[in-house]
Amino acid sequence: MTGPQTGPRIGVVTFPGTLDDIDAARAVRYTGAEPVALWHADADLRDVEAVVVPGGFSYGDYLRAGAIAAQAPVMRVVVEQARSPHRRLPVLGICNGFQILCEAGLLPGALVRNAELRFICRDQWLRVENTSSVWSTRYEPGAEILIPMKNAEGRYVADDAVMDELEGEGRVLFRYVTEGPQRGATNPNGALRDIAGICSADGRIAALMPHPEHAIDAFTGPSDDGMGIFLSALDAITTGDLAGAR
Amino acid sequence: MSAVDPHHRPGAEELLDVTDPVGAVSLIDQADHHLAPGVAPASVQDTVHRAAATPHQAQPYRELGLKDDEYARIKEILGRRPTDAELAMYSVMWSEHCSYKSSKVHLRYFGETTTEAMQATMLAGIGENAGVVDIGDGWAVTFKVESHNHPSFVEPYQGAATGVGGIVRDILAMGARPVAVMDQLRFGPADAPDSQRVVPGVVAGVGGYGNSLGLPNIGGEVVFDASYAGNPLVNAACIGVLRSADLHTAHASGTGNKVVLYGSRTGLDGIGGVSVLASDTFSGSESASGSTARRKLPSVQVGDPFAEKVLIECTLEAFAAGLVVGIQDLGGAGLSCATSELASAGDGGMHVTLDAVPTRAEGMTAAEILSSESQERMCAVVIPDKVDDFLAVCARWEVEAAVIGEVTDTGRLVITHHGETVLDVPPRTVAHEGPVYERPLARPDSQDALIADTTASLARPQTGELRELILRMIASPNLCSRGWVTDQYDRYVRGNTVLAQPADAGIIRVPSSSAASGAAVVEGVDAKDDATTVRGIAMATDCNARYTMLDPYAGAQLALAEAYRNVVSTGGVPTAVTNCLNFGNPEDPAVMWQFSQAVRGLADGCALLGIPVTGGNVSLYNQTAGVNILPTPVVGVLGVFDDVTRRILPGIGHEDGETLLLLGETRDELDGSEWANVVHGHLGGVPPRVDLDAERKLGEILIAGSRDGMISAAHDLSEGGLVQAAVEMCLAGETGARLVLPADTGLDAFTQLFSESTGRVLVAVPRTEELRFTEMCSARQQPWVKIGIVDAGNPAGPHLEIQDVATFGLGELREAWEGTLPALFG
Repeated sequence: MTGPQTGPRIGVVTFPGTLDDIDAARAVRYTGAEPVALWHADADLRDVEAVVVPGGFSYGDYLRAGAIAAQAPVMRVVVEQARSPHRRLPVLGICNGFQILCEAGLLPGALVRNAELRFICRDQWLRVENTSSVWSTRYEPGAEILIPMKNAEGRYVADDAVMDELEGEGRVLFRYVTEGPQRGATNPNGALRDIAGICSADGRIAALMPHPEHAIDAFTGPSDDGMGIFLSALDAITTGDLAGAR
Repeated sequence: MSAVDPHHRPGAEELLDVTDPVGAVSLIDQADHHLAPGVAPASVQDTVHRAAATPHQAQPYRELGLKDDEYARIKEILGRRPTDAELAMYSVMWSEHCSYKSSKVHLRYFGETTTEAMQATMLAGIGENAGVVDIGDGWAVTFKVESHNHPSFVEPYQGAATGVGGIVRDILAMGARPVAVMDQLRFGPADAPDSQRVVPGVVAGVGGYGNSLGLPNIGGEVVFDASYAGNPLVNAACIGVLRSADLHTAHASGTGNKVVLYGSRTGLDGIGGVSVLASDTFSGSESASGSTARRKLPSVQVGDPFAEKVLIECTLEAFAAGLVVGIQDLGGAGLSCATSELASAGDGGMHVTLDAVPTRAEGMTAAEILSSESQERMCAVVIPDKVDDFLAVCARWEVEAAVIGEVTDTGRLVITHHGETVLDVPPRTVAHEGPVYERPLARPDSQDALIADTTASLARPQTGELRELILRMIASPNLCSRGWVTDQYDRYVRGNTVLAQPADAGIIRVPSSSAASGAAVVEGVDAKDDATTVRGIAMATDCNARYTMLDPYAGAQLALAEAYRNVVSTGGVPTAVTNCLNFGNPEDPAVMWQFSQAVRGLADGCALLGIPVTGGNVSLYNQTAGVNILPTPVVGVLGVFDDVTRRILPGIGHEDGETLLLLGETRDELDGSEWANVVHGHLGGVPPRVDLDAERKLGEILIAGSRDGMISAAHDLSEGGLVQAAVEMCLAGETGARLVLPADTGLDAFTQLFSESTGRVLVAVPRTEELRFTEMCSARQQPWVKIGIVDAGNPAGPHLEIQDVATFGLGELREAWEGTLPALFG
């Protein structure tokens, strides 16, 4: 990485077929943190304090979206350090990253083909349901944010027991806004209970299908609403409060 | 594999191992995948020696598309009959697709009309994979449009997907990082039964490949016309960015340098391009694999965007590390094209060993290996000392690579297979000295009747009927929202998209990392801060084939004028032109007349505007059952921004009370219009007058207005006229407006709303800038008229009111405009 950086180091993973790594790195950089490139084949997290698993088509979505990437050397270390009660590594999965975290068992449920069976790219309204996770403290409760989504397999599903557990523990992080006059205010893909993003019980491991890294300035995105996610993590790392505001 | 336990659950290690479609495992060592050199195949191989000894053996040259005199010329060049492999190579390289034999004599006119001043910004032009232009500060841009029409009718998804893949590799082969794609699509009638197959398939193919590749799609065209029903046009464009110093062109210099083939394996797919290769009369094709029929695979290749994505990253990393001398993508004609073009553009010869080519099938013949159009392959020339480093880069990206030959000083392209010489030719005779035809051309007798059949006799609506007509027109297939298409394309990836559909031109911020930063590429993550980079590029493509049918010379200029106007409407400075010339059967003199007229019109137009044509593509034989498509010369204009933050958007509503000004002159020009098409199914008369001086003046005003912050929104007028532009500006900005049509023009409301006069742009200017802007227009003799105001404060919600004509709620307009394609295609 070039240039002096004083902020915390946040890793961005690149698999063969990862597409949105430079976008995720840019978002990290916009917060003042230092993006650190993590290579899929290296079981080395290079002393980062959080990891972003970005979007794309890792390994061409062969076998099943995210299935192969979930077994990559770098992901085994991410899983180990995310689960370690001592390390408590914060992890964010975006789009294909969400699929990978589900495949890796860090988050429950699965992402299946969109209800209309098509790739959908559009600006999507989301409601922030949980503002105490490591990745969402910067938002006001119930805030509605405009974030691009783009996927063919973004429909979140899980069995009723898992759904009830997520709801009961406040682990639904973002929901698709389904009412209101704005464009992009419908459930785009048939996701159960309009779920767009979820997190772990302690709010440290989070994932969403829409792309906050594409909403970091209004010049290239529909808004800068996505910055809140990255700034929230920066706050948590800086204050050492990796259980969020709970 | 028979020993595999069906109940075995693979562990992680095995799962990783199945990631092998590009050869994740044992990438470099392919020794046991094919026959060792010197081991003879099951049947006799047609060698150079054998060809010389059997001069009278019959060869299927006619089935391969060669004429008698072309075959005779090959024999004359070689001094003997060609071998099977040579015949395969010549036939495919001398095809219309590769040799431009019908179009070449006309395309020369582009070069003849390019002045020195126009050449000043060109770093590479026609003849390269893609033209390259200097955009300042050491940056260069390369861009090109290419057709993939016929495969996309046969197999819409894969035809379109591999079209995107091919154009992206063309851009990559210039040493550039591909940064955006666009697609220019033309289909039969939207409600035709076959459109249900072709349209969703093509759109899904463009999206499926481009999305997986990680390139934003920033625009294009979708046009429906009956002439494309059996012959859709699928053109794909790609833009790449590079440091001027890093320009790589396709050549093989330096005796002893190694030729490396990397990417996917070479298979039997795509050989259908020369389908009779599998014919029974073709000797040498009976091999251990069995009958020829069994070997024949679908002639449309199957794309693998993941393989292309890693190929891109791998290639850029090799460029950045200085490992590449010359490079060539493998597209149409596969290795035949790559080896002959690399060798003939270099300074000597080349020796290639086909046994080293990693193949997907056992026992492929030399002709099959040379002709295969398997996707996602590249050929690089590497100095011997760097070969290991190059192979290491490939291995890191899990891209299969093999050294297949080396550059020689013999002046001959020599290819061996199983230890025998199967091809020995002067490479230029294959790649550059193919046949050139001066096909007969003639203006068809029917042209006069077509021109005489104007819209004057067509019934025009009363003012009271305009409300209904406006809703009908904005919902018609050629004017309605393209959202159903563009919402299937990723326009955000890489984070540099400033403007994409729906807009006049697509705009990309020039990313500062691009191919330039070796560190960034190696890291896999853009390391430099592009927040400081404000340079940008715009690209628009256009063609109105109806106009071109009425007057091919003017039609090509109208396409140029519209693409130019689209670029200046965003504030971009037009810098270079590319084209994709889609025409019918060149053996029809009327088609060759259309073609020659269009080329001359475009070239003369570019000379008038002072921007060079840097490259192009020709697609002929677009006809169904003897009926040719409308002549469709797609023209792409590239624009440059020194400061892309000054770009102008098409949506109104930045501030209430902005003034709407119509720049340019409106005349009664409805021949060839969308109104004539939708309401009367009519095509005849004379297309709108083209005035390139007026376009240039208009451009200067828009560029100045954008630099000085005088314009808050702009949208060009084209098909559908003023009302179409006004509706789109309201919907894009989700803001209402009030229009007052000027009373003193001598034109009725219908004509003012639907005329397609060119050289017009609808702009919104802040009230504070109105006087300064209109004074600038008047001082430069730019016609302008105040035509309305932006109305953001309507208590009844946003409305578009056209005074004395009709008033619409934006919801009503949106429903009409956006409903059409989803209703047709789901």
